[in-house]
Amino acid sequence: MTQREFLNIVMPFKDKVFRLAKRILISTEEAEDATQEVMLKLWNNKAKIAEYRNVEAFSMTMTKNYCFDKLKSKQSQNLKIVHSNYEDKHTTLQRQVELNDSVSWVAKIIEELPEQQKLIIQLRDIEEYDYDEIADMLNMNQTAVRVNLSRARKTIREKLTNTHNYGIK
Amino acid sequence: MVLNSIEKLLEKYEMGETSLKEEQVLKNYFTSDSVAPHLEMYKPMFAYFLVSQQEEFTKAIPLKSKRIFDYKWISVAAVAILMLGIYFNNPRDVGTINDPEVAFNEVSKSLAMISNHMNKGTSTVSYLDEVNKGTSTLEYLTEIENTTRIIFKPNK
Repeated sequence: MTQREFLNIVMPFKDKVFRLAKRILISTEEAEDATQEVMLKLWNNKAKIAEYRNVEAFSMTMTKNYCFDKLKSKQSQNLKIVHSNYEDKHTTLQRQVELNDSVSWVAKIIEELPEQQKLIIQLRDIEEYDYDEIADMLNMNQTAVRVNLSRARKTIREKLTNTHNYGIK
Repeated sequence: MVLNSIEKLLEKYEMGETSLKEEQVLKNYFTSDSVAPHLEMYKPMFAYFLVSQQEEFTKAIPLKSKRIFDYKWISVAAVAILMLGIYFNNPRDVGTINDPEVAFNEVSKSLAMISNHMNKGTSTVSYLDEVNKGTSTLEYLTEIENTTRIIFKPNK
């Protein structure tokens, strides 16, 4: 497989990988590193790519696992990844989001969700994957995905309603 | 009428039962300008989804196709060198002498040369005798031992 062929396969979903990594790791830099790492792993195993049923789903699963590993290793080093630790150099998007305050509430609310729900919201509402694809990526069954998604959406709606009605954050 | 269907969709959405198409309808509705006032709180949510969708990975993907060094080529090279060595090292004339008397002379000559050089080497080593001389003077130290033996009577 040549580099070009590989890039043709990988390019369409590299942003999705990055966004998923960022959803888990929060910091942009860490997410960039994770994305590069995942792409490199794919490239090194390029001989096997043809065997994968769905390269994209496979990459997403890989990203998820890699990021969780990363988080775990950071925790054992007593180095917490919190947003303040890593200054975000790319202000463009972050600024845009923060300018619109109520939109940034959503970001915060999603950040506070349990890992599983966070991932599912990311995959469904942002990346717009099918339920069976999500189930495949997260190694869950579809019902569980739907239940988690429903919980996450309800939580977001409740918190947003509160903020909207009473201005409580 | 439109509002009614949106509300129904929202209900389904919250149960996690909407299809991707229906979710797209919701997204379109809530990012438009005409959102009903009592549904206003959904707006930031869908706006956030849209914004997040646009984030891109801008860094280059490093595809260093690093060539893993294959150690089996070392063995191939070693065998090749060995073969070449054997091929070029076939025994040639090394000066064999057939006549035993001449051979004996030759051998004794070369042995004599070796012993000559050997002696030269050992003669320089003879300085080591000096060291022995030095140690012999140290023998006096035993005198001290004698006196100490007198002072500290060995207990029986």
